[in-house]
Amino acid sequence: MSAPVDSLSQPRFVAGDNGDRLLQVSLGPQHPSTHGVFRMNVDLDGETVVRLKPVFGYLHRNHEKIAESATYLGSIPYTDRLDYICSLTNNWAYALAVEKLAGIEVPERAEYLRIITAELTRLINHTAFAGFILGDMGAWGSALMYAFREREKILDLFEDLTGARMMCNYMRFGGCRCDTPEGWVDRAKKVVAEYPAFLDELEQLLLGNEILLARTRDVGALPAATLLDGGITGPLLRAAGCAYDVRKVDGYGLYSRFKFRVPLGGHGDCYDRIMIRFLEMRESLAILREALDTLPAGPVINPKVKVRAFKPPVGEAYARIEGPKGELGFYLVSDGSPRPYRYRVRPPSFINLTLLEDMCLGRDLADVVVILGSIDIVLGEVDR
Amino acid sequence: MNPEPAVILEQIRAAVPAARPVLLRNPGPAGQDSILLDTASAQDVFRFLKTAPGLEFDLLSNLTGTDWPEPATAHSVGVPPEIPPPPAQGFLEVVCHLYSTLRREGPLVVRMRTADRAEGAHLPTLTPVYRSAEFQEREVFDLFGVVFEGHPDLRRILMWDEFHDFPMRRDYVAPDDYEYEPTPHEAVWERAKEHYAVPDGTSETGAPAPPQSLGLADEAACEAACSPLREERDRLSPNPPASDREVTP
Amino acid sequence: MSAAPKWIPPGIGLLQGLAVTGKNFIGSFFRADRMTTVQYPEERVTLSPNSRNIPFLVFDGGDPDTGLRCVACGICEKECPPQCIYIVLDRDENGKSLKRPKVFDIDASVCMNCGICAEVCPFDSIFMDQEYELSSADRFKGLLFDKATLAKSATYHAKIRPLEAAAVAERKRAEEAKRAAAQAAKEAKAKADAAKKAEAPPTISNARPAGGSASPPDLSPTRSGQESDPPKSTQPTAPEEAP
Repeated sequence: MSAPVDSLSQPRFVAGDNGDRLLQVSLGPQHPSTHGVFRMNVDLDGETVVRLKPVFGYLHRNHEKIAESATYLGSIPYTDRLDYICSLTNNWAYALAVEKLAGIEVPERAEYLRIITAELTRLINHTAFAGFILGDMGAWGSALMYAFREREKILDLFEDLTGARMMCNYMRFGGCRCDTPEGWVDRAKKVVAEYPAFLDELEQLLLGNEILLARTRDVGALPAATLLDGGITGPLLRAAGCAYDVRKVDGYGLYSRFKFRVPLGGHGDCYDRIMIRFLEMRESLAILREALDTLPAGPVINPKVKVRAFKPPVGEAYARIEGPKGELGFYLVSDGSPRPYRYRVRPPSFINLTLLEDMCLGRDLADVVVILGSIDIVLGEVDR
Repeated sequence: MNPEPAVILEQIRAAVPAARPVLLRNPGPAGQDSILLDTASAQDVFRFLKTAPGLEFDLLSNLTGTDWPEPATAHSVGVPPEIPPPPAQGFLEVVCHLYSTLRREGPLVVRMRTADRAEGAHLPTLTPVYRSAEFQEREVFDLFGVVFEGHPDLRRILMWDEFHDFPMRRDYVAPDDYEYEPTPHEAVWERAKEHYAVPDGTSETGAPAPPQSLGLADEAACEAACSPLREERDRLSPNPPASDREVTP
Repeated sequence: MSAAPKWIPPGIGLLQGLAVTGKNFIGSFFRADRMTTVQYPEERVTLSPNSRNIPFLVFDGGDPDTGLRCVACGICEKECPPQCIYIVLDRDENGKSLKRPKVFDIDASVCMNCGICAEVCPFDSIFMDQEYELSSADRFKGLLFDKATLAKSATYHAKIRPLEAAAVAERKRAEEAKRAAAQAAKEAKAKADAAKKAEAPPTISNARPAGGSASPPDLSPTRSGQESDPPKSTQPTAPEEAP
């Protein structure tokens, strides 16, 4: 945000490394391809990207400071608003961190419900992603509307279970806030059973499309070692062929009980990133089928955990989960008071942008939009 | 699977003789003990942790800061068995969580502390070792004011460049520059009154009238709170918004 | 994987995609699963009973003033994450708490509908409403809901959330029964004591009045699995009254 406001609307010329005259384009913040309010200062040599500096903070509200002045419970609704497409995985990561911090056990049924809701969230995220990236490539409308139509079905399930469609506020320390309403599991089973047909349709719409292939293949690829060095996790890392899935590695929750595969890409380009998400959705559906079939009875929350005046013991904890966008971590320090002394979110969207410049160098300006779309960011989480 | 910081500590001592690592116990049930590094050899130690066979902590997952204006609090949270001389004044701390994707281990918690919270708030950058530190260090610099020496592009990242303070510090006081609105919260209301000298209905004894359900009940108070705002806005922008103009039937 | 699975002639992928679009387009005229648009406001979807929006206060009986379950303990005010609740405890002229709110405001422009107030309330007095048409032309006064706006009858609660209301009613009945049993036991004990005293030499002639039957009903929270937070934090922060 260093450039004066009036200069943003004017093209500017800056000097390149070898004395070239480069055109500086301010892409965003109000641009449909930036998925929110995000700006990139792109220096162009002709049409080629020579430099790219992302500019953040338009949505910054200091989530961490707010959480440090709220009670542990009071932060849960705020975590909904980090990555507002995936509120339930945010809830889970935070609840997991607090459970580690205080040494809380979670009942089995609650673990199952967490897995079910988290995998449904992954479905939502990846489905919406497929729609958004098509929007980034200029195919406004169809794909996004089909994706949102299916997403609605899962949001209906969420509303039934948690009371809200997006800001679910569902998980609690030691379990989940409420049990499933009557008939919910059957409705969820029905949605899960019908989902593969939609995925087939969406794949048919997208994956063979010549325009999509031309726009995404060999675009934005980086080797897996570079991605790992840049802290990039989640589908992006796996698309480059690195088999690293926190669900498998940490086995948090009860994921070690479920059979699922970790899809891997070969090239790490934008096409692989799209494909990975399609394959992950299939695996999520497998987990969902198994979890919904074997959902055990029992309590959904550990009754020993206090709702009011919850105070974890002195100490610190870092916990992470495999969020739909990557590794989502929470770092908490407790000084024994009802408010966290330090509360930190490790936002995958934010850290995945570290290598945005590297991915875009030497590409055309139009590719920047596709690469940014393939990283799949949500500004609520980037800016916090 | 969690690594053994005590074992790694010995390996660090053997490999980087200049390093003075200290083991900090985590008193909580999470059991994530941490290694405190001195700043001089920190980069070497991180390079060792990243590359040494058998360690290979190749993913710097999380890097963040913590503000400890009172060192006593820091010691209650992390109690070292070999107690280093506690800094007399407070300090800032940078905490890193490292993972090994090859050996599927982690988190290894490594921390560094600054000498103080003012001029001495300097730490070596980790960006040459771990690229993922780049934005996270900028964030710590932005919100905590830790200067990372050698960082390629140390600018504010979330706050705007002209901002001066460090909002995540414990003693940060938010600037009192909000646009006040009629609110049911008396704390905010009191501050609003300080700003705009609202002619409130003080009682005969001079004590301020209780801020009753403002807004809904009290049209006058609402108007009183808004009018200075409007004047201010009108002064700033020559054309008042249409909603404020006189509507002639 | 990145290489397309097998070679397909150029243009086929596009045509496949167009077939999907065509299927959706034609289907959107007569297939129920592709006709998803609801013509609001003429049509409305039925909300799930769990669906939540702005909070409301429940009152028993017909009068929202006297029947309000809220005792102004201030727990929701304290726990509310965005701090949008504002409560002033009602007191009589001697400064004694009347265990009811004098002011209960919710700033709907701040409220984020998280439902934590309903979750922490030990008196079953605040619940989440399903009213969603809350827009107002006045962004200050129109969005600040006072006690009269927030108060809704227990019948309304039973209508929008039958299961939750039934559970609350059941809990209340159980508490009532428990209280009645305790009361009965107390009275029996008092009677026995009195009988004993009557047998004993009348050294203390004026025995205590029969065991505390005049004391107000016990309002302590008894929701299972929750820590009972005594409603003592009600000390209102209202300014001192001028002498």
